[in-house]
Amino acid sequence: VRLAVLNEPEAEEEVIFNQHQQLPRTRWSLEDEGIGPADTHWHDSRRKSKVATNGQSDVAFSSPLETEVIPDQKLLQQISRAESSGGCRDSSRKIDPHLDFFLALAICNTVVVSMANAHRQRACMSPSSSQTNNPLEAFSSMLKKAGALFQRKSKRNYSLSEDPVIDSTKTESSRDPNRLQTCSLHALSQNDILTAESEDLCYEAESPDEAALVYAARAYGFILLARTPNSVTVRLPSGEELVFEVLDTLTFDSNRKRMSVLVRHPVTKEYVLYTKGADYAIMELLGTPYAENISGIEKNIAAYTQHHLDCYAKEGLRTLCITKKVVSESTYQSWLGKRKRAQAAIECREELIMETAVQLETKLTLLGATGIEDRLQENVPDTIVALREAGIHVWLLTGDKPETAVNIGYACRLLEEEDLVINMSCQNKLTCTSILDCTLEEVRRYGEDPRNVGTTLNISLVIDGNTLAMAMSPDLQERFVDLAKQCRSVLCCRVTPLQKSRVVKLVREKLKVMTLAVGDGANDVNMIQAADIGIGISGQEGMQAVMASDFAISRFKHLKRLLLVHGHWCYTRLANMVIYFFYKNVAYVNLLFWYQFFCGFTAMTMIDYWLMIFFNLFFTSTPPILFGIFDKDVSAEVLQGVPELYRTGQGKGEYNFLTFWISILDAFYQSLVCFFIPYLAYQDSDVDIFTFGMPLNTAALFTILLHLAIEIKSWTVVHWIIMLGSVALYFIVTLAYSAVCVTCNPPSNPYWILQSQMADPMFYLICTLSTVVALLPRYTFHVLKNSVAPSPLLQGRQLDRMEPSTRNQWIKEWRGFRGGPLVKRYELSDPPSPTRATPVDFFTESLTDADFMGDDNSLNVITDNHHRAVQYDDNLFRKL
Amino acid sequence: MGKAKDKSGPLARRPDNSAFKQQRLPAWSPILTANTVLPFFYLLALICMLLGVWLLLTVQSTQEIKLDYTELGNCDQCFQLRKNVSYAAQTCSCKVEFSIDRAFKGDVFFYYGLKNFHQNLRRYMDSRDDEQTLGRKTKLKNPSSYCEPFAKDVEGVPIAPCGAVANSMFNDSFTLTYHPSRSRTIPVPLLRKGLTWYTDKNVKFRNPKTDNLTLAAAFEGTRQPLYWQKPVYDLDPHDPTNSGFINEDLIIWMREAAFPNFKKLYGILNRADASFTKGLPKGNYTIDISYNFPVQYFQGRKEVVLTTLTWFGGQNYFLPIAYLVTSSLILLMAVVLTLAWWKFGKDGKNMKE
Repeated sequence: VRLAVLNEPEAEEEVIFNQHQQLPRTRWSLEDEGIGPADTHWHDSRRKSKVATNGQSDVAFSSPLETEVIPDQKLLQQISRAESSGGCRDSSRKIDPHLDFFLALAICNTVVVSMANAHRQRACMSPSSSQTNNPLEAFSSMLKKAGALFQRKSKRNYSLSEDPVIDSTKTESSRDPNRLQTCSLHALSQNDILTAESEDLCYEAESPDEAALVYAARAYGFILLARTPNSVTVRLPSGEELVFEVLDTLTFDSNRKRMSVLVRHPVTKEYVLYTKGADYAIMELLGTPYAENISGIEKNIAAYTQHHLDCYAKEGLRTLCITKKVVSESTYQSWLGKRKRAQAAIECREELIMETAVQLETKLTLLGATGIEDRLQENVPDTIVALREAGIHVWLLTGDKPETAVNIGYACRLLEEEDLVINMSCQNKLTCTSILDCTLEEVRRYGEDPRNVGTTLNISLVIDGNTLAMAMSPDLQERFVDLAKQCRSVLCCRVTPLQKSRVVKLVREKLKVMTLAVGDGANDVNMIQAADIGIGISGQEGMQAVMASDFAISRFKHLKRLLLVHGHWCYTRLANMVIYFFYKNVAYVNLLFWYQFFCGFTAMTMIDYWLMIFFNLFFTSTPPILFGIFDKDVSAEVLQGVPELYRTGQGKGEYNFLTFWISILDAFYQSLVCFFIPYLAYQDSDVDIFTFGMPLNTAALFTILLHLAIEIKSWTVVHWIIMLGSVALYFIVTLAYSAVCVTCNPPSNPYWILQSQMADPMFYLICTLSTVVALLPRYTFHVLKNSVAPSPLLQGRQLDRMEPSTRNQWIKEWRGFRGGPLVKRYELSDPPSPTRATPVDFFTESLTDADFMGDDNSLNVITDNHHRAVQYDDNLFRKL
Repeated sequence: MGKAKDKSGPLARRPDNSAFKQQRLPAWSPILTANTVLPFFYLLALICMLLGVWLLLTVQSTQEIKLDYTELGNCDQCFQLRKNVSYAAQTCSCKVEFSIDRAFKGDVFFYYGLKNFHQNLRRYMDSRDDEQTLGRKTKLKNPSSYCEPFAKDVEGVPIAPCGAVANSMFNDSFTLTYHPSRSRTIPVPLLRKGLTWYTDKNVKFRNPKTDNLTLAAAFEGTRQPLYWQKPVYDLDPHDPTNSGFINEDLIIWMREAAFPNFKKLYGILNRADASFTKGLPKGNYTIDISYNFPVQYFQGRKEVVLTTLTWFGGQNYFLPIAYLVTSSLILLMAVVLTLAWWKFGKDGKNMKE
């Protein structure tokens, strides 16, 4: 029984990313904690709160890792019992595995301890903690500021309660209630004393997972007090402080997928190796490599633990195994020699060190397993659905196990219930090839089947790291990309950071699409840099991703606004402004060109050249810049409400071959009008060259500015000021220049020209006529198009004008009209095949692709439009 | 900057939460659809129509007569004579006749016109010195290099006014005569002053300071342009206020024409004379021309233009017609838009197509 219990503290900690603002912060002690019912309650509420939104903008920057840890009562009792029973530790060499487990949690990590109110001091105390850089510090201080809570809880998983082991512990503990009572009181009193002190402790970890485990240990009384390069101080529930001598730390790497800390137990003087790591990496190192040598009970434990681990993974928890190994003096000494040689090596140092680590990490004894819930941030499913509606393909690239990834996939609606999920996991290339071929064939046959015309097969591909590596080999990658193109979503599991970036590059190159990578961890950096647009989410995983990214956001949900609103605005602004700039220059320079036919092609200009310089520099420069910064074709609310509007920017967007040439043609037409109307009006008259140029210039000014006025979608007071200011500036500057300049600028004679022109009615007649005729086609075209075949964007703008309630009504009706429920809709309108016309006529489908990427909440979105997002938002801005 | 320093902490770099910086300014978003712009179209069409009609009526009241005298009548002899440079010094005069069927009412303007004369060639245009004609003493003797090769003569004497523009000044002169009957002739008096812009005559063109000397003395040390027959201070021997750089013919010539075919004002009918108070009566007229300006080198033509003006310039049918055409175009568009409006979004919401 006792050995069985060894495995019992399966310790399913769940780090709950939950911000509950409505509740006042509860400082809690053990007695507040209800046992069973409270747990289940929490369990439920957690599930629900996944969907619940409580994003208040003022806490947008606070970290979601928040936590109070609610220790499991039974586990606590076990610990206290173990404590008291093993009171005379010297006599019994055997340490209770429960204690050991938590000790391992507290020790086996690289978490650095700091006092919350004394950051400076901490820096002095632990000079080795080079990892604790500013972002982390900022992060922890933010925690305090935002008043958000680090909420975490350990709970008994009732779904596993049929486990005989657990049952047995239950009965055992109920046998002696009195003792139990005293024990828990004992623990409680200890805790009370310690609370004040330990409250100040701040753990700064490389990853939130590590911190979570330390917090969990703390909740059970194993408080990590200090860590120096050579020692770790841990306070036990009994209040005793143990100082472990740290002999070595075998750091984490993505090949071994585990880390170890070798310490010397201060009491027993044993060399103890604590190892924690990914379950599949640890399981094969248990006991001896040969299964038959493991005793039956140990085997059982391993099997039970594996069973629990699988259950955790299916729930979307991140699993870790904690193990221990007692190293004998002699083994340690010989190993130490090798280790030192490895460290001193000049060549292949990394490999040698890794090798020594592998040598030591064998025959481990399983202490327990943990499951950490990496909760989705709020609104992740909404965001993903919206991105999909916007025609963006989302891929998930994660280092998690396939089970976890699939679970997350369903949770964030990346996978839908009715999807056909293709699971690709194979050991050799041959199977991999055949799976690819079969699936492709199947998809093709489905498409050819007349019964399936008009529908698309919803395929989702789940592929694991090894298979991915094979699929991305040069001979298979074509097929892989082909298949991926057919899939609604692709989940790549257990991929290494390098693979992530390779996937992104592959998609970029093969599918010729715009890729966007979103990630929050250091392992996403490669991918973020490989993608066209890299977005970093700042959070507990540190700032690496943010520092490598083009744009930084604080929450995944902000991606929706970043892309759908700012991406859209930015795209339309840039597109329109660029087109306008081309137009403006063509229109104006062509005026000069037409004149060459009349001056013997001698490059004479009929406009004083200072005025020409000023024309581009002052008179018509600010309005297009303003247009490029301020224009909003559709309001943020509508853009978010109708993600489909984003598709206008993809492929067949506003900046394309046609719009470009139309505006160039328009520029030609307008310059013709602006030149030849004055020309014909002044033909055979006694007009002089610069007098002729003046109405020309003025008409061009009005035409170019009013052209912009037609294009501007929203007029604010700034627009009016700039527009009127430009015209006023033109007249003021030109009048002043004409009044002052008697002999300056020799070939031209600007003196008094505008003044005399403004006294001539002909000037006004010509300017008016030229402007009206020049702008008539564009204006009429706009009006006609808007009336006869309004673009989706225009419809969006019409939505804008409605009252919010009516607008929502409209959006609902419109969606209903567009065909069925949400899911159905993108089935219909989101086919990857570029040949088929969509039933929704104005949203022509675009071959877009996106990568959702996530170790949790990292996303990689690939679209084929050319957008960039702006950093002008109250919630989003670049931190660096 | 000072403002930025006030803030500290993690949000120090956060943009201001102002309506401007966060782009929350109240905006007006007009939607260009038929039902909103139709009134504007009709109104614009109406305005253009009215303007066009008014202009047309105004233009129709004007009269204009053009006479290409390059080889007309006995001017042909002069034309032939001018073909040879060696006879350039010889005077040649000729006479052209014309008749007016309808009286020219009001002010009548007498223009000379040139065809295919590119006053707007860049090198030609540049070849002038505005500071010299502004009367700057230093520039008088030392004209700008822009004037080259017409800055100084072969002996190095500075030319006033220098440059190709002044050098090529139009130098035909005209005398208009009215023949009320076969025997009677009345010279038509032309005002040869007050033709230029006020600013040109009084600001841009000044004679060098005379200091109580004669104008000729002021121009001492300079010589006339190569092609001129008389020096600049002698352009109008009778009127010192019309001589030198402020001679109106010179000023008008120096205002370079925009196009190769142009006309320049020569004189205005002096209606103070009893016979011409109402303008030019109908009848026969002759113009005595002192034919000096050669045009055959550039295949040019010379003409005289007699015209009355309106408030928006001479007889030019383009503007009224352009306004009428524009008006009808706008009207057409308006009708199309009306149809579109009728057929499609009458309610202005085309959400469902």
